[in-house]
Amino acid sequence: MVKLMTPEVRPTTANSAGTFTVSVAPKEGSDAAHQVVASPVIEARDVTICYGGTLAVRSVSLRIPERQVTAIIGPSGCGKSTLLRAINRMNDFIPSMSITGSLLFNGTDVYGAKTDPVELRSRIGMVFQKPNPFPKSIFRNVAWGAKINGYRGHIEELVEKSLRQAALWGEVKDKLHDSAYALSGGQQQRLCIARAIALSPEVLLMDEPCSALDPIATAKIEDLIDQLKSRFTVVLVTHNMQQAARVSDRTAFMYMGELIEYDATDLIFTKPKQQRTQDYITGRFG
Amino acid sequence: MLTVAQRVKERGVHAALLACALVSILTTLGIVWVLLTESLAFFQQVSPWDFYLGTRWAPLLEPRSYGVLPLVCGTFLVAGSALLVAIPVGLATAVFLSEYATPRMRGAAKPVLEVLAGVPTVVYGYFALMFITPHVLRPLLPGTGVFNAASAAIVVGVMIIPTIASLSDDALRAVPRSLREGAYALSTTKFEVSARVTVPAALSGIVAAILLALARAIGETMAVALAAGMTPNLTANPLASIQTMTSYIVQVSLGDTPAGTIEYQTIFAVGLTLFLITLATNLVAQRVMRRFREVYE
Ligand SMILES: Nc1ncnc2c1ncn2[C@@H]1O[C@H](COP(=O)(O)OP(=O)(O)OP(=O)(O)O)[C@@H](O)[C@H]1O
Ligand SMILES: [Mg+2]
Repeated sequence: MVKLMTPEVRPTTANSAGTFTVSVAPKEGSDAAHQVVASPVIEARDVTICYGGTLAVRSVSLRIPERQVTAIIGPSGCGKSTLLRAINRMNDFIPSMSITGSLLFNGTDVYGAKTDPVELRSRIGMVFQKPNPFPKSIFRNVAWGAKINGYRGHIEELVEKSLRQAALWGEVKDKLHDSAYALSGGQQQRLCIARAIALSPEVLLMDEPCSALDPIATAKIEDLIDQLKSRFTVVLVTHNMQQAARVSDRTAFMYMGELIEYDATDLIFTKPKQQRTQDYITGRFG
Repeated sequence: MLTVAQRVKERGVHAALLACALVSILTTLGIVWVLLTESLAFFQQVSPWDFYLGTRWAPLLEPRSYGVLPLVCGTFLVAGSALLVAIPVGLATAVFLSEYATPRMRGAAKPVLEVLAGVPTVVYGYFALMFITPHVLRPLLPGTGVFNAASAAIVVGVMIIPTIASLSDDALRAVPRSLREGAYALSTTKFEVSARVTVPAALSGIVAAILLALARAIGETMAVALAAGMTPNLTANPLASIQTMTSYIVQVSLGDTPAGTIEYQTIFAVGLTLFLITLATNLVAQRVMRRFREVYE
């Protein structure tokens, strides 16, 4: 059960109908967010994903705009991770997985015969729920992916730039050659973000990146996500509705494999059109 | 509460289980005891110095000489070359099984490995002598002897592939999925992930597998006795006939050397040496294995 309105996190108001709403600070470009996404980076058209006999995602269609943060929320098991991992084809490693419909990245079919999943993943990066640095030094964690992908520039500069973008440089600059395992969970997660952005992807997929972190580390990652969207398109799966409300421009609500509602975040949290969305964000089920 | 009958039964079961456990412990102690006492008798006549540093092994011929190095050298020549065969093939098999194979292929491949492990070793020896030497080695390398270390090394290598493959496969599969996913998400291929992330992460388990396989190769007897010959030889040439510690023990045990003579006692001194080498290898392997368990559990 997720409790939505904890006053210390975000001032809340009870409206006349007795339902709670989250006050969402007006965002730049929030007008644009209200409009239908015209030229999406990622577009799902009638995507259905099964694991053997289990239907995990059912006819989902959505368009994800460029350089904005799109949050996917919904109760556990509703297919958020499955949908997210379909975008960079991480589900390919599950032999029983099958997908129908079409998923487009910049207009090309992600599952098309001409798409190389390895190349695709250099343009669509991913950050996982549990920080998963490699058992290598901090430096090599960031440098490894770039090197293996044939990065030709100055590798020290790239590592520094990526760590700076991930708001980690100050904390690790004197111990770049220490093991990444010596970092705290929140630092490890920012290291994983650094290593993902070192490949200069266009999209960053994040699957509950803060769920293993304390509130302070979470706040740091949220600030970071806010900065990242000036360069990257971010798709964020989260269980934490305050988080979705705080950092995202658009929010998709999924329930039992279906996309129930997808709209600008402030609309989803203030005037949801669907009863089930309303129920979920007010914590009536979870 | 237990009734008297139950208590008696419980005691009986306890005693029976203890007896079974004692059988193996006592056997081991007995073996060590015999090895030590007979070796002691041997070392009263031949100094350990001459035994361990001597370079000529001729305990059955005049002039006699008891330098064990040719046997140790023969043993390690075969076992080391066997690893050269088994490590690449075994490791590749393990990587294939854990990283590439579909569950169905795994299901088919595992029993094949078990069959390989189940072939009697004398059959391997026979195969080396009757097929590998005359039909593979001699046509390729004309200097090869009828008995040679290389053919023995090849079949011992094949023999220990299942050990390396199966234990390394376990070690690779113990590497957390999250680590692989993290690597794949950085736009890397299966080969890059296997070679640069999974295998290094499982390295201590793989090393332990190799050490256990080495212990087995050192102790292997029949195949080596058949294929490599009975010529104590301090050489690194795999095409020459050599003798290993185990095949020397077979030679003397099967001969008509009377008990109590020094010739007879040599096999205990050699046996003790062999025992210490394999024991050390196994202990190191276990230590390495324990370290690898600590990393992920
Ligand atoms: N590897 C798998 N094999 C079979 N079924 C799976 C697999 N992964 C997920 N599922 C099933 O697919 C459905 C959707 O799972 P998914 O992980 O996408 O949910 P989620 O919304 O991310 O949940 P959570 O919030 O708990 O992470 C669930 O019913 C789950 O049991
Ligand atoms: Mg999930």
